[in-house]
Amino acid sequence: MRHIINLEVENSAGVMARIVGLFSARGYNIESIVAGKTVEECTARITLVVIGDDKIIEQVNKQLNKLIDVIRVTDVTREDFVNRELLLVKIHCPPARRTEASLVGNIFGAKVVDISAKSLTFELTGSESKITAFLQTLRPFGIREVARTGPIAMVRDFNPRSSE
Amino acid sequence: MTGAEMIIHALKREGVRALFGYPGGMVIDIFDALYSAGVPFYLTRHEQGAAHAADGFARASGEVGVCLATSGPGATNLVTGLATAYLDSIPVVAITGQVPTSLIGNDAFQEADMLGITRSITKHNFLVKEVDELPRLLKSAFYIARSGRPGPVLIDIPKDIQQATTAMPYPDEVNIRSYKPTVAGHLPQIQKAAARISRAERPVIFAGGGVISSGASAELALLARRMQAPVTTSLMGLGAFPETDPLALKMVGMHGTAYANYAIQEADLLIAIGVRFDDRVTGKVSKFAPKAEIIHIDIDPATIRKNVKVSIPLVGDIRCVLTELNQLVENRNHDPWLQTVAGWKRENPLQYTQNGGISPQAVIRTIAEMTGHQAIIATEVGQNQMWSAQFYDFISPRTWISSGGLGTMGFGFPAAIGAQVAHPGRLVIDIAGDGSIQMNIQELATAALYNLPVKIVILNNRSLGMVRQWQSIFYQRRFSGVCLNRDARCPGECDGRSDSCPLYLPDFVRLAAAYNIPGFRSERPEEVAPILEKAFAHDGPAIVEFRISQEENVFPMVPAGAGLNEMLRGMA
Ligand SMILES: Cc1ncc(C[n+]2csc(CCOP(=O)(O)OP(=O)(O)O)c2C)c(N)n1
Repeated sequence: MRHIINLEVENSAGVMARIVGLFSARGYNIESIVAGKTVEECTARITLVVIGDDKIIEQVNKQLNKLIDVIRVTDVTREDFVNRELLLVKIHCPPARRTEASLVGNIFGAKVVDISAKSLTFELTGSESKITAFLQTLRPFGIREVARTGPIAMVRDFNPRSSE
Repeated sequence: MTGAEMIIHALKREGVRALFGYPGGMVIDIFDALYSAGVPFYLTRHEQGAAHAADGFARASGEVGVCLATSGPGATNLVTGLATAYLDSIPVVAITGQVPTSLIGNDAFQEADMLGITRSITKHNFLVKEVDELPRLLKSAFYIARSGRPGPVLIDIPKDIQQATTAMPYPDEVNIRSYKPTVAGHLPQIQKAAARISRAERPVIFAGGGVISSGASAELALLARRMQAPVTTSLMGLGAFPETDPLALKMVGMHGTAYANYAIQEADLLIAIGVRFDDRVTGKVSKFAPKAEIIHIDIDPATIRKNVKVSIPLVGDIRCVLTELNQLVENRNHDPWLQTVAGWKRENPLQYTQNGGISPQAVIRTIAEMTGHQAIIATEVGQNQMWSAQFYDFISPRTWISSGGLGTMGFGFPAAIGAQVAHPGRLVIDIAGDGSIQMNIQELATAALYNLPVKIVILNNRSLGMVRQWQSIFYQRRFSGVCLNRDARCPGECDGRSDSCPLYLPDFVRLAAAYNIPGFRSERPEEVAPILEKAFAHDGPAIVEFRISQEENVFPMVPAGAGLNEMLRGMA
């Protein structure tokens, strides 16, 4: 199973190395890692995508919790959550195909952020499945370069099933 | 106060009774502050010795052990010591000097990235970047080392931080928002455990090092009496429960007693307390305790369900949890089960064959009798360690000092030095192999000069016995790289089997003489007790060498990958 795990960590030098080191030392599989600042200056937010069976994920959670610099570990996959990923993609696109390309872009709600005689660069934010579908659709143009951030995620507060 | 003075101030505030270390350019300011500061300092002959001595001090006393080394080579020499302490959850604070902050990252002279190097072998580590942070980080280092599941903490302090001054006071306590170890057990879980215990028919208690670090031996004994459950221990748990007690099964696992291994395999309930189910204990995990449900009590949630399935996890400080549990557990009677266990004990005692020469097992038994099982026994690693574990019969906690998790040869002697510093009045013995003792033999100078009366008993089989044992059993006696006396003149086909081989190197008695300490040697069984008596009576360190056969092996032995009941009982 693929799990998205959110970490709230002390914004200290080396915290990233501790987390990555833990994964390599214990042989866990990490698919993506995203780190960023939060509103609190001394806290950072890290989102990990980890692959493993239940036993491994339980250990991953516990071992992350054990790191002194880790304040909170949340496996959002166990809850109702939203996730978003940012994509930049550069495709082959001679002027003759621009209309066709921007039509595809429009359907997905992507923005054109760069254009040249040979290429077009899109920016797209969305769930991972949307990003993957967009890349799939662009394939016939010829993809020159892809940069994906890996997902960030948040647990939803609004829960239609329990709303009174 | 300067940073260096703050470090010494911290040691005093933390009640540090002994500091083990070695100087160098990047800690010279700390040594200056140490001059006439009144903190007892022990200059070892190698930083690895300092790290193991701090560790041994901690194991014997329950206090935090502290070592100090300079940057670069000094700090890297601590690494094996830190890894040893980490794998056995021993509270140690290592203070290392670092190059000045302005030079960090420049490959400066004697710079090594100690944070990077020790990340996976410490509980936590710090690099101090501002002198005003120093008091809080020093306090945190001690707090993290001794609380929760204990472990080593390294604090790396650049030279300019040691020289800078700070007005920040040393704090009385620290609050680390991301570090809150669980202490009290969860009551509903404790109730569940008590209910399961009351239904058990063939219970076994399995106690480990966690019982010792939490100081829970009395609570463990009460639980065992109430439940009338036999008690086995891991290597790290030796001394947690008196091995002379009728309920004691002694050690379980690869070189555990046959009756402990049988009991685990037949139990319907295993109460595992402060253990981590190391592979040397479980044998093949899928065959481990096949009939048992497991209650696992530990302070570290990550040990639970790491290696074995657990029905009732119970996270908390063991002493707190057992105190609560004991209030809920009623007196039980398991006579049929205890009779079965007693049968196994009768039929499968630990034994060895006399071969005419000195039996190493008999040496351990003699030491046990002479010391009333009360000495502090440190060991090296290998057969010497396993024979000590099997034959001493430990009766109290913190009398067994041995590298369990990492299995570090060269640990025993410097650790014994640390234990002796912790308990000046007690008899401390390092039981050694001729291989291991040479790994930190330089500390003879430390023992001699500080007159630390550690007794080294070398069981000299002229070989790396435990490796040789594996080669005997699993590698068709192809003895490769295990003879410690092989030289250029040895015939190529010599397998080191010949007990008539004349050469013993080094001459340990003359080596003792070089350090001005007495050395004794014998290969005659009748001389064992008299020599030990002389050595123990000597007011200072001493070396005793007993020459034993290379063919002595440790049994029982569960081959790697086998179930606990599939033991080898002797050479085929
Ligand atoms: C530092 C280190 N290196 C290698 C080993 C592997 N090893 C385990 S036991 C052993 C032999 C120990 O020989 P000795 O100290 O003479 O003890 P004996 O087994 O003969 O009692 C070795 C080499 C180890 N445990 N530690």
